Amino acid sequence: MNLYEALRMAVNGLLANRLRSALTMLGILIGVTAVIMLVAVGNGESIQINNQIQSLGANVIYVYPSNARGAGGISQGFGTGQSLTQADVDALNTRQQDPDVVAAIPIAQSGGQITYGNQNYFAPTTGTTPDFPMVRDYQIAEGSFFTADDVTANHRVVVIGQTVVDNLFGSTDPIGQTIKISRQSFRVIGVFAPKGGTGFGSQDNVVVAPITTVWAYLTGARGKVVSQIVASATSAGTVTQAETEITTILLERHQIANPSQADFQLQSQQDILNQATSIATTLTVVLGAIAGISLVVGGIGIMNIMLVTVTERTREIGIRKAIGARRRDILVQFLIEAMVLSGLGGALGIAVGALLAHEAPSLPALANSSFPTPVVSVPSVLLAFFVSVAIGLFFGIYPANRAARLHPIEALRYE
Amino acid sequence: MITLEGVTKVYRMGRIEVPALQGIDLHVDRGEFVAIMGASGSGKSTLMNIIGCLDVPTNGRYILDGTDVARLGDDELAKIRNRKIGFVFQSFNLIPRTSALHNVEMPLIYMGRDAPAGESGRTERAREALGAVGLADRIHHQPTEMSGGQQQRAAIARALVTNPAILLADEPTGNLDTASSVEIMRLLSELNAEHGRTIVLITHEQDIARFAKRVVELRDGLIVRDEKVAA
Repeated sequence: MNLYEALRMAVNGLLANRLRSALTMLGILIGVTAVIMLVAVGNGESIQINNQIQSLGANVIYVYPSNARGAGGISQGFGTGQSLTQADVDALNTRQQDPDVVAAIPIAQSGGQITYGNQNYFAPTTGTTPDFPMVRDYQIAEGSFFTADDVTANHRVVVIGQTVVDNLFGSTDPIGQTIKISRQSFRVIGVFAPKGGTGFGSQDNVVVAPITTVWAYLTGARGKVVSQIVASATSAGTVTQAETEITTILLERHQIANPSQADFQLQSQQDILNQATSIATTLTVVLGAIAGISLVVGGIGIMNIMLVTVTERTREIGIRKAIGARRRDILVQFLIEAMVLSGLGGALGIAVGALLAHEAPSLPALANSSFPTPVVSVPSVLLAFFVSVAIGLFFGIYPANRAARLHPIEALRYE
Repeated sequence: MITLEGVTKVYRMGRIEVPALQGIDLHVDRGEFVAIMGASGSGKSTLMNIIGCLDVPTNGRYILDGTDVARLGDDELAKIRNRKIGFVFQSFNLIPRTSALHNVEMPLIYMGRDAPAGESGRTERAREALGAVGLADRIHHQPTEMSGGQQQRAAIARALVTNPAILLADEPTGNLDTASSVEIMRLLSELNAEHGRTIVLITHEQDIARFAKRVVELRDGLIVRDEKVAA
């Protein structure tokens, strides 16, 4: 008996009970649809997170102070230390010991109410140096970024993001206008091109000024604090080397011999990406596993129906054995029948799942939300198909084996 | 063709052993037409199951067409049933929702590599077999679309399609009216007389046994009569 004959027998067997076959297939269909849909949503989520993190600037390494410790060694929370200085930034920028670092910039953060005319808005103000656009991957849409001279001379100039423009200026051209931050006047000299991205704080809700200006006019009593250093590596591939170089330089400058005692910590965009990706992967796996349970339920449905079929067709099995079918022939016939059921259910499930994934973003309820566009991946489709066929095989073995073991005389006598 | 020597069969019903055959010696030559008779409980069904290789004897030897089949395993028995035995049952036993042609083709499918080459070769053989029993115009009919007599003829075609050594008919007319019964028995006689088919017929009806050339009667698991009769 060849495969073609076996398939023909299986299809004949299934067609004999159309409704029953269709309902059994529905179990697998729903399971596979769920797997395809949920994995696609998980994938979409993962890609969305990836894009957002990439938009923060590739190759970027953040250096934070270690958690400050108060009396008795009580930790005061992430990044509360004040171990970083402008001198550290300058050392990183000499580029003799750190050939893989393109540039390092200091960051001094200040919050403050921003006003223009009768409009007011809240955005964090970032003090930094002229390498900021390059390191953080910002483009200037209008005007220009501030220069080294502006930094040296504490010029009160700012470059603002699109969100700030929209909230303060409306249709007015912001270039050359004067805004007030914490009641100090600053001149707008440039506007960043929008970077997009949501979550993690919008990349367009920024006000950037020379770090010396921020120190002089905004941070006030807190002094010349560098809250973090942002460095960019020459490429994504050299991030690890760059991190090692930065660590070496800073340990040496801070005269710390034991790296575990470091008063600063590094985090690269890659680390954040890895973390987020692993979270997204976990999410996808969990979603897939939940959907997989329904596949197992579908498989049990197949087993149930196959057992009924075998009982109903006991006499047919007896006839086949009498005319020369071996155990293996009967086994193969019923196994293929179970696999055709589950495989067909799986294929239809893939089609329905892919269709739903394709149509989901255009549903009115989801169109304007941040629901990720589901991405159906080829491996998940192949996996779903083979898993559904395997389920037919697995849950078909017991009924098929039962059929194959029937004694021909008893089977022929069965009414 | 068929030789049984001291064949016994004991069924075990829980702790009780029920002897169904108590020592059968039987020899059937090529081209014979033997009727095996006996009341119910005489062991004729058990004997038929053993001759048909559906069951194996508890003791004794059974040689079918030169092969000792008494000690064969399931798969070998299936092969013997496929190649050497053609079954005709009381209740026809055609596979439902399957055309006469495909029913007749089925033993060839299980024949594997020894079958006539390809699907067309098989179909051709099945067509010939159906033609030989006078069903050339019914090949695409399903069992439910045929009369009892026609179904039994299709079953005979299926039994003959592999060109077996013996045709084993178990009460072939038990579910048929008199006219169809006579028709089927004539067909069997013709197959025996004109084509030299070896036929073993199991029946409890004298009228039917009359078509055979030799009658073997069983009682309580033993042969009590074995004589040639005039056709």
